[in-house]
Amino acid sequence: MSDKNLNKKSNLKSEGLKETSDTLLKDSWRKLKRNKLALVGMSIVILFIIVAILAPYLTPYDPVEQLIWTEGAAVKLAPPSADHLFGTDLYGRDILTRVIYGARISLQISIAAMSISVLIGIILGTLAGYYGGIIDDIISWIINVLYAFPFLLFVIAIVAFFPPSLILTFSAISLVYWMSIARVVRGQVLSIKEKEFVEAARALGVKDWKIMFKHILPNIIAPVIVQATLGMGSIIMIEASLTYLGFGTQPPTPSWGYMISAGQGYLAQGQWWWGVFPAIAIILTVLGFNLFGDGLRDALDPKSR
Amino acid sequence: MFAYFIRRTLGVIPVILGVILVVFILTTIVPGDPARIMMGQRGDPETLKLIRKEMGLDEPTHVQLVKFYKDVFTLNLGRSYRNNMTVIESIKSRLPVTATLAIGAMIIAVVLGVSIGIYSATHQYTWQDYLSMIFSLLGIASPVYFVGLIMVIIFARKLGWVPGTGLGNGEWIYYVLPILTLGVRPMALIVRLTRSTMLEVVHQDYVKTARAKGLKEKAVIYKHALKNALIPVITIIGLQTASLLSGVMLTETIYSLPGLGRLSIQAVTNRDFPIIRGVVLFMALVFVLANLLVDLSYGFFDPRIRYE
Repeated sequence: MSDKNLNKKSNLKSEGLKETSDTLLKDSWRKLKRNKLALVGMSIVILFIIVAILAPYLTPYDPVEQLIWTEGAAVKLAPPSADHLFGTDLYGRDILTRVIYGARISLQISIAAMSISVLIGIILGTLAGYYGGIIDDIISWIINVLYAFPFLLFVIAIVAFFPPSLILTFSAISLVYWMSIARVVRGQVLSIKEKEFVEAARALGVKDWKIMFKHILPNIIAPVIVQATLGMGSIIMIEASLTYLGFGTQPPTPSWGYMISAGQGYLAQGQWWWGVFPAIAIILTVLGFNLFGDGLRDALDPKSR
Repeated sequence: MFAYFIRRTLGVIPVILGVILVVFILTTIVPGDPARIMMGQRGDPETLKLIRKEMGLDEPTHVQLVKFYKDVFTLNLGRSYRNNMTVIESIKSRLPVTATLAIGAMIIAVVLGVSIGIYSATHQYTWQDYLSMIFSLLGIASPVYFVGLIMVIIFARKLGWVPGTGLGNGEWIYYVLPILTLGVRPMALIVRLTRSTMLEVVHQDYVKTARAKGLKEKAVIYKHALKNALIPVITIIGLQTASLLSGVMLTETIYSLPGLGRLSIQAVTNRDFPIIRGVVLFMALVFVLANLLVDLSYGFFDPRIRYE
């Protein structure tokens, strides 16, 4: 066969591939659109991201400015009103503003932690699944060992001893979270590497790393996206739990978990707004990522086509 | 069957060795001199030197690591920097509270979760089904501490049915709210899982066969469908142990209960390294053993697994 023919053939092949992946995407989108809960989840997720990015433009107040010094006792734990839709806290800070900026912290930490987790998870998971043998043994051993620790305690044990910072928080979280991505990736790679197209590539003498990244990776992206979307909820939860317990991001930086712990003492006395609004923010955001992730899983699952 | 049990049990050993290694690394890399933390302001250089020598801190790291392995296997984990109790004593004295919480929450989660899940699946698209789905979606998304907070306000402060926080003299009534609080999340997960696996299973051929041969609906559901629907539920129970232990830390904090979770948080705040090592190690071992039990129980529930 001449080179020209080969080229033509591979062009044809790649066009075919493109077509199927296009229909797969369209198909998935069609299925996602039919799933009402998934759409609700997606809307919440989009709203969360928009709020986090546009925070300074959405509110006239500053998240850490204590208005009691300028406006007096009237803004001390003031109930929701037209001026302060979610009320104010003990120091006269606007709670809506702090919830909005809290979304920013949450999003920063969860996206950073998830990106690192996905990166490590894909690399180690692919290596383990593709090579098997001793490499798989070692990586799987690390995964099983780290999996054994209660993640909250593990993260606390890391963040508690170093000066608190955003970087420390998301690094610590990704240190325990990458395993769940790696597990998914490893399982997928194990099944895909047995497929004919991978064997064909290997028979043609394609290099290992090229097979992994050009042939296997595109086929495992969907389950990784699903796992990462679902994981965003877990990470937001971990981050809030950390600050609730007083670790991680430090006050006055607005963080949802910390706001709940600061406001909880006033809840029973009727000043519910300080603790309840950030809690609603957590519940909605986590719910959003869970519903969206579930929807994506159903939509991207080729078995349910 | 026997071979499967032995193989699974032996497979746990490298994981346990790794867990010990990670705990060692975790408490060795952190900044701060344990001798100084132990002595606080009192320590003069001579005493500090003596303590370092006594604790083996002046030895090279690999010697310390070998010593740590030895200590763990001889259950000689040292004493708390704070009150001089041995780590084993500290864990023993705190364990009953945590175990009561965790086991109680798990029992409630499984019993209620599976029942509600089955009910939902057999009454698909009724308002009860929707209600239980809403409950489980919210239960999964709600932070433990917020659930606890709301429960305290409603059931303790407003209705006065149960005491709020603390442990009183250890009467069972003090455990009711904490157990419910801790149980909400695993219960919500189990409801969802039971419902979805039941829905899958009832469409399988063997369930149709059971129906076709005239079995009563109850027998079909409980004898044929449920048995197979429970396998993923058992998996979740094993995996939930870890998040249950995380939940324990939060639950014990909001209810001020003297359990392992609060012990660990106090230890972290006080930099009480022997206690941190002990509790982290203990919790990880519990997780490993719980999952071993789950794996072994598959052998009973699903005979196919034994032969893999």
